[in-house]
Amino acid sequence: MDAELIAMQLFSGVALGAILVMVALGLSIIFGMLGVVNFAHGALFMVGAYAGLYVATLTGSFWWGLLVAPLAVGAFGMLIERVLIRPLYGRSIDDPLLLTFGLGYVLVETVRILFGNEGMPFPTPPELAGVADLGIGYFPIYRLFVVGVVAVILLLLWLGLEKTRFGLIVRAGARDPQIMRVLGVDVARVWLMVFGLGVGLTALGGVLAAPMRSVDPEMGTLVLAEAFVVTVIGGMGSLVGAIVAGLLIGIAISMTALFAPEMATIVMFALMALVLLIRPQGLFGKPGRA
Amino acid sequence: MTSKGLPSFPMTRRHALAGLAAGTATLAMPGLLRAQGETIRIGFPTPLTGPYAAEAKDQVRSAELAVKLVNDKGGIGGRKVELFVRDDKMNAGEAATRTLELIEKEKVHAVVGSLSSAVQLAINEVTRARGVIFVSISQSDTINEVKDFSRVTFHEALNPHMTTAAVARHTFKPGMRIAYLAADYAFGHEILRGFKRAQAAIGAESVGEILHPIGAPDYSTFMPRLRAMKPDILCICNFGRDQANSIKQAVDFGLNKQAKIVVPVLLYTQRLGIGGEAYEGVIGGANYYWKLQDTLASARAFNEAYRAAYKGAYPTDYGAYGFTGVSSLLLAMEKAGGTDTDKVVAALEALTYDVAKGPQHYRKCDHQSVQSVLVLESKAKADTPDEADPFRILAVEPASEDILRSCTELGFPS
Repeated sequence: MDAELIAMQLFSGVALGAILVMVALGLSIIFGMLGVVNFAHGALFMVGAYAGLYVATLTGSFWWGLLVAPLAVGAFGMLIERVLIRPLYGRSIDDPLLLTFGLGYVLVETVRILFGNEGMPFPTPPELAGVADLGIGYFPIYRLFVVGVVAVILLLLWLGLEKTRFGLIVRAGARDPQIMRVLGVDVARVWLMVFGLGVGLTALGGVLAAPMRSVDPEMGTLVLAEAFVVTVIGGMGSLVGAIVAGLLIGIAISMTALFAPEMATIVMFALMALVLLIRPQGLFGKPGRA
Repeated sequence: MTSKGLPSFPMTRRHALAGLAAGTATLAMPGLLRAQGETIRIGFPTPLTGPYAAEAKDQVRSAELAVKLVNDKGGIGGRKVELFVRDDKMNAGEAATRTLELIEKEKVHAVVGSLSSAVQLAINEVTRARGVIFVSISQSDTINEVKDFSRVTFHEALNPHMTTAAVARHTFKPGMRIAYLAADYAFGHEILRGFKRAQAAIGAESVGEILHPIGAPDYSTFMPRLRAMKPDILCICNFGRDQANSIKQAVDFGLNKQAKIVVPVLLYTQRLGIGGEAYEGVIGGANYYWKLQDTLASARAFNEAYRAAYKGAYPTDYGAYGFTGVSSLLLAMEKAGGTDTDKVVAALEALTYDVAKGPQHYRKCDHQSVQSVLVLESKAKADTPDEADPFRILAVEPASEDILRSCTELGFPS
C-alpha cells in the first residue's frame, strides 16, 4: 500500500466530508439556536437538489441553479418556521421533531408526484468536467470545486457570526434567549433567519451533491442519518463540532473503504457509539445540552 | 335507550331487508362468482420506489401491454385478465406481505414480478407455501437451485450464470487483469461468482474485488484503490441507479481511460437517463434490445405494440421481462384452458414461446427459461444520431442449455 494511494484516499474523504459538513451545519445551527431537531433536513437536502436541477434546466446554466436554489429553498425554510414550527416553541422537544418528521414524508411524496419515482440525471457542468492531476493522483475537478465552495461558505459563515451585529445577536440568542428578549431584541425574527440559513445550507449541499450522484426522491434519507451521526459526534449545536466531525467521518469512511470496504458504512455508527460512551455530549458539545 | 347525544342512524326495515337479501345472495352464489365470467387475476409486485424504480416502471408498462393484447383478443376462454400491481419497495418483508395480500385478499391466480434477487426469494417463499404459480422476472441463480426449487415457480429472467458467461466470452481475454466492484447483496455476489468462474475458465486474472452497499450514492472512496489495481477491465456488478452512479463516478475519476468498463446487464433506462458520455464504450449483457427487430419478427411486433401504447417509446430490457413473463403465463393458461394450477404448470413446462426475442422454453428440471443472451456496447455520442438507439449489438448468444449450469450441478437427480 503506497503513500500516494493513502494520500488520495484521505483527499477523497475530505471531499466526501465536505457535503456532510454542509448538511450537518444546518442541522446543528437549527438545533443549537432553536432547540428544534429538524427531521425534515434530509428531505430539504433533496428539495435543494431538485430545485437546483429545475433552475439549471430552466436557465440552461448550472450556476443559476447553484445560486438560486439555496436561496429559494432557504426562503421556503423560513416559511416552514413561521407557519409550522413557531406555534410549537415552548412545548416539549418532541412536538417539532414529530412535525418535521411528517413534513419530511410530505416533501418526498410531493417530489414523487411532481417529478416521478425514478430520479433524474444531473449532468456535471461542462466547465468543471474532467480530471485534475494532483501530483499524487487524479481527482475529478468537480469534487475539487465542491471542496472549494464549502471552504468559502465556512469562511463567510465564520465572518458573519463573529464580525457582524447579526452574528452577535445569534450567538447571544443561543446562550440566553430570555435576556435577549429583555434587552429588546426581536428573537422571533432571529430564529426565523437562523432556520432559513440552516435550510439554505442543506439545500446548497443538495445542489452540490447532485452532479456527483444524480437526484432522486430518497437521496435525503441516507444523508439525514449521516448528518445526525456527524452532529452527535461533533456535539449537538456546535458549529466547530459539525465541521470537524463531518470531515472526520468523511475520512473515516474513505480510509475504511481502502482497508475493509464492507465496513465503510458501519464505521461511522461505530464511531458514534464510541463517542457516546466516552464523551456523551460529543467532541465539542456542552454537557447537558442534548 | 334513545340515542341522546349520538348521531342517529336511520335504519329502516326496508334497508335491513335489502342488506339481508344481498348478504344471502353472496353467500349462496360463491360458485357463480368464481365461475366462467370471472377475471383472471395476476399479482405483480415490483419495487416502484427505490434505486430500481425506473426499471420497475418499465416492467409494469410491458406487463400491462401483455395483458391488454390478450384482452383485446377477447381474453382467455372469454375471461378477462387483470393485473394487480403492488410496490414491494425492494424490501423482502414488504414483498412477502404484499404477495400474501395478493393471494389472500385479491385471490390472484398467479404472481409475476420482482426486481431484486433477494426480494424474489421472499416472494417465492410465500407462493411456494401457498401453491400459487410464480413467474420471476428478476435475475437469480439461487432460484434455480434444488433447495429453492418449487414445482410452481418459473424463472423467466436470465440468471447471473448465463449472463456473465456470455458477457465474459466477448470481453475477457487470457492474461487480462480484471478488477471487480460489486453490490453487497445476492445479485452482486452471484454476478461476481459468475464472472470469476468465467474469468478462471478463460485464463484472465483477478486483481481485486470491492463490495459496496446496495443503493450507495457515492463511490469516490473506492476509486483510488480500483485505479491502483491497474486493471484492463473494471467489472461493475450492480444494478439500477447504482449502475449509473458508479459508472459516472468511475468516469469522473478517469478510470475509463485506463480500463474497459464491463457490466453484467447494460441498462437502457440508466443509459438514457445519465447520457452518452459516461456510458461510452461500456459493454454489458441484456435479455432484450429493441434493435432485435432487424432480424426478428416477434421483436418487431412487440416494439410496434409497445410504441402504439406508450407514445412512441421503445420497450427496454427489464421492461421486456414484464412482457415475456406475463405472456408466457397467459399462453400457458390459454393452453390449459383456464387457471387450474396443475394444468398451467404442465402447460408452462411444455411451452415453447416466441413473443419478443426468439424461441424460449422453460427447462424441465429447474424451470429456467432457456433463451438468447445479448451482448451490447454503448456507442459514443457522435455515433448515436438516434437518441433511442444508443447500443450496438456485439453478439447474440443463441438460446441453448449449454450456457446454463447442468441439472446435476444444480442438485437435481439426473
